[in-house]
Amino acid sequence: MNESLLRELVPAVIGVLVRRGADFAAAEDAVQEALIRALGAWPDDPPRDPKGWLVAAAWRKFLDATRAETSRRGRELAVDREPPPGPATTADDSLWLYFLCAHPSLPPGSAVALTLRAVGGLTTRQIAAAHLVPEATMAQRISRAKRQLAGLPLDRPGDPATVLRVLYLVFNEGYGGDVDLAAEALRLTRQLAAVTDDPEVAGLLALMLLHHARRASRTGAAGRLVPLAEQDRSRWDTGLIAEGVGILQGALARDRLGEYQAQAAIAALHADAPSTGETDWVQIVEWYDELLKINDSPVVRLNRAVAVGEADGPQAGLAALSTVDPGLPRHTAVHAYLLERAGDLGRAADLYAEAAHAAASAAERDHLTREAARVRVRINEL
Amino acid sequence: MAKYLLLKHYRGAPAPQNDVPMDRWTPDELTAHIQYMDDFADRLRDTGEFVDSRGLTPQGTFVRSDGVGRPPVTDGPFLETKDLIAGWMIIDVETYERALDLAAELSEAPGAGGKPIREWLELRPLLAERAPTTTE
Repeated sequence: MNESLLRELVPAVIGVLVRRGADFAAAEDAVQEALIRALGAWPDDPPRDPKGWLVAAAWRKFLDATRAETSRRGRELAVDREPPPGPATTADDSLWLYFLCAHPSLPPGSAVALTLRAVGGLTTRQIAAAHLVPEATMAQRISRAKRQLAGLPLDRPGDPATVLRVLYLVFNEGYGGDVDLAAEALRLTRQLAAVTDDPEVAGLLALMLLHHARRASRTGAAGRLVPLAEQDRSRWDTGLIAEGVGILQGALARDRLGEYQAQAAIAALHADAPSTGETDWVQIVEWYDELLKINDSPVVRLNRAVAVGEADGPQAGLAALSTVDPGLPRHTAVHAYLLERAGDLGRAADLYAEAAHAAASAAERDHLTREAARVRVRINEL
Repeated sequence: MAKYLLLKHYRGAPAPQNDVPMDRWTPDELTAHIQYMDDFADRLRDTGEFVDSRGLTPQGTFVRSDGVGRPPVTDGPFLETKDLIAGWMIIDVETYERALDLAAELSEAPGAGGKPIREWLELRPLLAERAPTTTE
């Protein structure tokens, strides 16, 4: 059995149950139970019609749950016992689910979890394992999110930006573990791009493809972080890069620039360069300027300072950095990098060590500690 | 979301507001305290923010290697001087402010006289398991 095929059916099956009169929360629960049954039963006994099997199993689960609820409350079933056929418009089903699961009323962590389950077709256990929390905790997070959504009007399309933010969050949760969240985010964004006509969706898809193309070179032995300048570019996936660049060009041609397209343009310029020295940093700075016009955030200013340091030299980079809030994560690391390039090795080593203390992940901490050690070796060799 | 460790100290933290040793509490006060702690953990399970919680015995020993093939060297316990952890809870929350609020709620647990202990809890962010995918 192909587990990813099974998972791709999940949004459509939820859609079928909802059209038959089930509310979203109950339908989603029933499909999750049917999915777990399928994962157990299909390897030995694959069904001829996987979707039909899932719909039937989920509908039974739903009726069982509704009957139990009805007898508890002494109320009548509000849904038809006999399933009407209903139209099968898979694209609309999944689109509606994307918007619902990323609803702005949900906290980001809950929107991520619900999206992975209802749109991604992951089990609660897989989502919990990917986030290193107990399964019961994740189950609660998801059912609370569904309770928060109860009673919301579902007919209106939401803001695509909220959906993109959730998918971007999932992508940034990174690689590793049993469930590859970055790959999952890429799959869900690809699926979304297939049913929407929005240059920013295409922009995010391009951005993910261009980053994904570099994944093999991003980590060395024992999960060691390899910075862009030291990555073995022969290991970059040229197929994914070509796909990302093609999608980005199509999006940019529509002349409705957004932050994901601008970020993807920067990633494309990196992907295009044989080395950091041969990278078109001037154009990268221009794209950061575009990005600032769309979204003037401290993170963008910080990354722009790095690019300015490459385009116009470390002093210009330090000048650009002086306008960025020093409390920002990674500010100290960028400061250290620019000081090293400017030749102030003593301060650079101290700041790398300081940045290591403030790092948010073990991989970044180890990388920055190694940078401090490397600069101290340079000082001793002078 | 981000994970935080809430550390409860036997020793080493500043003195709490209601500073009466537990063995001087009445049985009812003890029961009320334990109930409060259990309810707190249950509320976090309900909100989907609970990760783990364990208590530690006060008996700790320092251990170090004395070279391969030689028995480990032990030392301690270092009574009265050492910082001593009583237990921990790990939470997974959306914001730092939420972590602060939860720590304060835990610190409000009732103690002697049924009054809140208001002990000091140490709040420590866990390092993320993975570096973010997009940084450059």
